[in-house]
Amino acid sequence: MTFAGQTQTKSAEAPKTGIGAYLSAHLREYGLLFALIAIMAFFQIVTSGTLLRPINLTNLLLQNSYIIIMALGMLIVIVAGHIDLSVGSVMGFVGALAAVMIVRWDQSLALTAVVCIATGALIGAAQGYWIAYWSIPSFIVTLAGMLVFRGLSLWLLGGESVGPFPREFQSIASGFVPDVLPGGAAMAELFGLRNFNMLSFAIGLIAAGLVVWSGLGKRAQNRKYGIEDEPKAFFVARIGIVALALVFVFFKLSTFRGLPNVMITMGILTVIYAFVTEQTVLGRRVYALGGNRKAAKLSGIKTERLTFLAFVNMGALAAIAGLVFAARLNSATPKAGFALELDVIAAVFIGGASMSGGVGKIVGAVVGAFLMGVLNNGMGIMGVGIDYQQMIKGLVLLAAVIFDVYNKQKG
Amino acid sequence: MQTPLLEMRSITKTFPGVKALDDVTLTVREGEIHAICGENGAGKSTLMKVLSGVYPVGQYDGEVHYAGHRAAFHDISESEAEGVIIIHQELALVPLLSIAENLFLGNEVQKNGVVNWPETYRRTESLLQKVGLKDAPTTLVDKLGVGKQQLVEIAKALAKDVRLLILDEPTAALSEADSQALLDLMLELKAQGVTQIIISHKLNEVRRVADTVTVIRDGQTVSSFGVSDGITEDRIVRDMVGRSLENRYPPRERRIGELLMEIEDWTVHHSEQADRRVIHGVDLNVRAGEVIGIAGLMGAGRTELAMSVFGQSWGQGISGQVRMRGTAADTSTVGRAIAAGLAYVTEDRKSLGLVLDEEIRRNVTLTNLPKVAKGPVLNHNEETRVSEGYRGSLNIRTPSVFQKVVNLSGGNQQKVVLAKWLFAEPEVLILDEPTRGIDVGAKFEIYGLINDLAAAGKGVVMISSELPELLGMCDRIYVMNEGAFVGELSAAEASQERIMSLIVTE
Repeated sequence: MTFAGQTQTKSAEAPKTGIGAYLSAHLREYGLLFALIAIMAFFQIVTSGTLLRPINLTNLLLQNSYIIIMALGMLIVIVAGHIDLSVGSVMGFVGALAAVMIVRWDQSLALTAVVCIATGALIGAAQGYWIAYWSIPSFIVTLAGMLVFRGLSLWLLGGESVGPFPREFQSIASGFVPDVLPGGAAMAELFGLRNFNMLSFAIGLIAAGLVVWSGLGKRAQNRKYGIEDEPKAFFVARIGIVALALVFVFFKLSTFRGLPNVMITMGILTVIYAFVTEQTVLGRRVYALGGNRKAAKLSGIKTERLTFLAFVNMGALAAIAGLVFAARLNSATPKAGFALELDVIAAVFIGGASMSGGVGKIVGAVVGAFLMGVLNNGMGIMGVGIDYQQMIKGLVLLAAVIFDVYNKQKG
Repeated sequence: MQTPLLEMRSITKTFPGVKALDDVTLTVREGEIHAICGENGAGKSTLMKVLSGVYPVGQYDGEVHYAGHRAAFHDISESEAEGVIIIHQELALVPLLSIAENLFLGNEVQKNGVVNWPETYRRTESLLQKVGLKDAPTTLVDKLGVGKQQLVEIAKALAKDVRLLILDEPTAALSEADSQALLDLMLELKAQGVTQIIISHKLNEVRRVADTVTVIRDGQTVSSFGVSDGITEDRIVRDMVGRSLENRYPPRERRIGELLMEIEDWTVHHSEQADRRVIHGVDLNVRAGEVIGIAGLMGAGRTELAMSVFGQSWGQGISGQVRMRGTAADTSTVGRAIAAGLAYVTEDRKSLGLVLDEEIRRNVTLTNLPKVAKGPVLNHNEETRVSEGYRGSLNIRTPSVFQKVVNLSGGNQQKVVLAKWLFAEPEVLILDEPTRGIDVGAKFEIYGLINDLAAAGKGVVMISSELPELLGMCDRIYVMNEGAFVGELSAAEASQERIMSLIVTE
């Protein structure tokens, strides 16, 4: 290697100094995955295998579905440089609205769903308007929203629980996708199980295949343009672990009742939002807005409108979460969604988003939510008191963010 | 001859790559008003920072002698303790505290941590009397105009038993009447025995109050003389700008074409003070293949003019006409201005030009994302290809366009900003201080790029505080002062002296 003209050629890239250096440079991305695996392994051991039992795994997904759905919207709000403290209340309010519409007014499910999601979007618009066009800090506007919608759900429900819902509505959260593929019985026999959901297993295999395929594609492209060479061992390990985990989880689900409906909702939403944030003009502009609002504005980006839309979107997702939550509890209660916004925000920050905006990924937020979910679930099985649970969750959040900041300063 | 109050001997201060001060000598006699003149970036502020201990002893070469002893200030509090007090151009008052609270901020009249308010107000009143301010001590500083705020700053200095008062461009933001009042106050303080140093561009003011003038240019002392020695303003101007044109500017074949952009009767009011007019009916035009310059001092309104034209990004109450190729153009939002064929390359690339934590390619495409997208979906390969193209053509020195912008040098960052605006395919580019804070080699490259743009038939408007740069690059130069164009010079007529004298002799 010559020294002349080095700065202009690809060969001048920072010399590879081995796997250790690469790992320390990308500690955050792997850290989250490793942390999730470590925590799951830990609870799997101390709960003597309860954590990964099919029924518990199914529960884990159901319990966290509404957090994950809201984390998708919160990620965008936080990347845009804002925060939304009202999502728990909005979720509760929309659940209450759904209960009142269905149980008291006897409206159809379809109409209820449409009205509820539109209401959520409208609430988001009302808050986003002040934040985007009047530059009122989002912390204040949504803190006000949190109180207003908490009060509104109390008022709407008249202070009491409303329920139960008809079966179809419940199935939003607690239903399962029926097995339409043949071969379930044979598999059940093979593994010595009572039943086996072939569809669920097939989807798991497809999902794992997609992860491998897109991983390989991205790696090939990175190579072509000479960006960060992820050491092969890391690539194989990372993709392998994710694919195997998917197959494993879906297999476990197959041996219980198959795919929960809500998992489909969650999966589709996650894919859509990951696509929008990473692959579209709209998503790119949100990152630019959060990274440097003034520069984005001077580049011709309509920063106000984008901020507004981020909150509209958040409201709609909170509404969907509200429907799922009400369906899962099979009733709407005045306390529904209380303090849930904090879990959602924590999930996004654990997932690597930055308080100052411009940084964060959908996948990170989802993994962050799962991490919190596994903590909750695992500690619940162990019988850890709610007092300790809160303390531990708090410390995990703090540790994740300290880790981020430390990494950034070191880099 | 008595010992001077202040002697700065052979002060040399280097920053990485730049010699900001080179063997500067300054002698200030007790009881005089000493003016320091020089262009932007000549080293005046650096010299004052050395004096006040912002750059602690040891970080510069040379000696500072103050009040008869060798001064070794390690920070501002040490110099203030000896009565050396600087009033900066940007006032350092807390707007939502009262005058009295500001005067004694960090220096409270107190006993065991409890503030003695009656005593504070009593002292405040006597200080305000000294500077001729009649407002109540409890008035919030926020409610005062800039002129009065300046007086509060001086009162604050007096509260600290000032012996050497340094005023950095004290009248830059003041109206004529306020300026006169301030200059009177300076003379009055001098009569009371306060030695003062004034940094100013306004030679009429310098002549009015100063006893001695020291001119600094390119980090060196050029001359120092008594004002009573019959010195003309011409002489000071010549000393201020008199460097030879040793910088090289790449040659350009001048092919000037049709009229691209015309701005007519452009008037803008201050973004916070609706009744303060900042730009006064400016007319400007630029042709295809032409590089025009806007010369002026900091605060002349050049950036405000550019930003108000570009999507009304600054100011309010904007009136006037923008025409592109003869037809009226709507530039009322940034999006519309870009669509009309305008680009504005900001002077503040870090906070207004770039998303620092993002990759180069993500910055380059920001002005025109749809161009690298199919419908709403981005084509990352195309984005990379386009950015790599600019990396090559603008010679952005970085291993790949996947590098974060924050890791680049100033010159390379500037090239990324240029790439970003080239990507928007403008007809007219407004370049605001395009070479600020970048090294000589990168400057030369930027000049080359500007020439290429002109050769490609674009119109270039170049705002710069460096006169040699404008003289070397421009076909025509508008001279701006206090929000208005005070002259227009062709390349042949323009010289540093002519521009400077247009500015200083309003």
